[in-house]
Amino acid sequence: MREILGDIDRWRAQHKRIAVARVVDIEGSGPRDPGAAMAVNEDGEVCGSVSGGCVEGAVVAEALEILKNDSPGRLVKFGYSDDEAFAVGLTCGGVVHLFIQPLSW
Amino acid sequence: MIYPTLADRIRKNKPVALLTVIDGPNLGATLLTSPNVENIGTLGDQELDRVSSRDALGELEAGRTSVRNYGPSGQVTPEDLQDTPVVRVFVESFSPPPQMLIFGAVDFTAALARVAKVLGYYVVVCDAREVFATHRRFPMADEVLVTWPTPVLTERGPDLGARDAICILTHDPKFDVPAIQGALATSVGYIGVMGSRKTHAKRLERLAEVGVTKSQDLARLMSPIGLDIGSRTPEETAISICAEIIGKRVGRNVPSLANSEGPIHK
Repeated sequence: MREILGDIDRWRAQHKRIAVARVVDIEGSGPRDPGAAMAVNEDGEVCGSVSGGCVEGAVVAEALEILKNDSPGRLVKFGYSDDEAFAVGLTCGGVVHLFIQPLSW
Repeated sequence: MIYPTLADRIRKNKPVALLTVIDGPNLGATLLTSPNVENIGTLGDQELDRVSSRDALGELEAGRTSVRNYGPSGQVTPEDLQDTPVVRVFVESFSPPPQMLIFGAVDFTAALARVAKVLGYYVVVCDAREVFATHRRFPMADEVLVTWPTPVLTERGPDLGARDAICILTHDPKFDVPAIQGALATSVGYIGVMGSRKTHAKRLERLAEVGVTKSQDLARLMSPIGLDIGSRTPEETAISICAEIIGKRVGRNVPSLANSEGPIHK
């Protein structure tokens, strides 16, 4: 969170709606520890990261969906499995649990 | 508002924990807690707030970030959690950054301070010579102190712990002997001392003269400083020092120069 405060402050000053995604748990090998965070504003601008670049694209889509639907937040899991081999996942074989919510607090 | 207070405390390096309901009733609710100040926000139930923020302060002290499960009114025992929805709370700890104290304002200092900043350290550079210990030479350092090691370590030593590091880069016995003595009196996780194997041997003699002879004390000194990766430039040396700090912190068996033999530069 520390490294994305500057961008979030700038977006808040511009009255942009913002969603924050945070790693809350990892199973097995994961690129970033719990607490890793990224933020997405209503225009789709991004700061921070929650993986080694593997799932950020999907997080942006999810975050924009959450902002659009005024959802209170959602737990999202990204991992690797055979039937998801070509879907979004972590190449390192781990599973990452993210909580994505609007920054309404 | 929680976010502005959170951002302010993070920036001022004050310990703070952010609690968020990530599953269960009041999804997305947040609570902010810090030692000795009132909580801000709520997870939707007073008792849940009380119990979870108490737990969060413990997590904060340990520097841990984790998910904890409660009943809707803060129940924690397995019997109380039967037949009730579970509230999963993400407790995110923001501890002040680890500190690196660098003694000696030399060329290696600037490179080490730069790499330490990349790793998130609060960096303090200390040297008694005011022409060398200047902000202009070390703009990346959080503090530049013109003073001797003893007062600095007397004042700040009690706050140093396993996550912190002391790097003694001066080769001057007037300076490095008191710095090592002061460092050994702290619980700092890493003490690195620069110098060739010959310098280290001579330094051990001088330390013995002032009574520093205990093997468990001398074993804490990583000297020559850094990993045996054949680093040459100040920047490469800085990387080798920081890699050694990471390896020591997580308890890995890394190839430290202090544990090897032969020339440092090949």
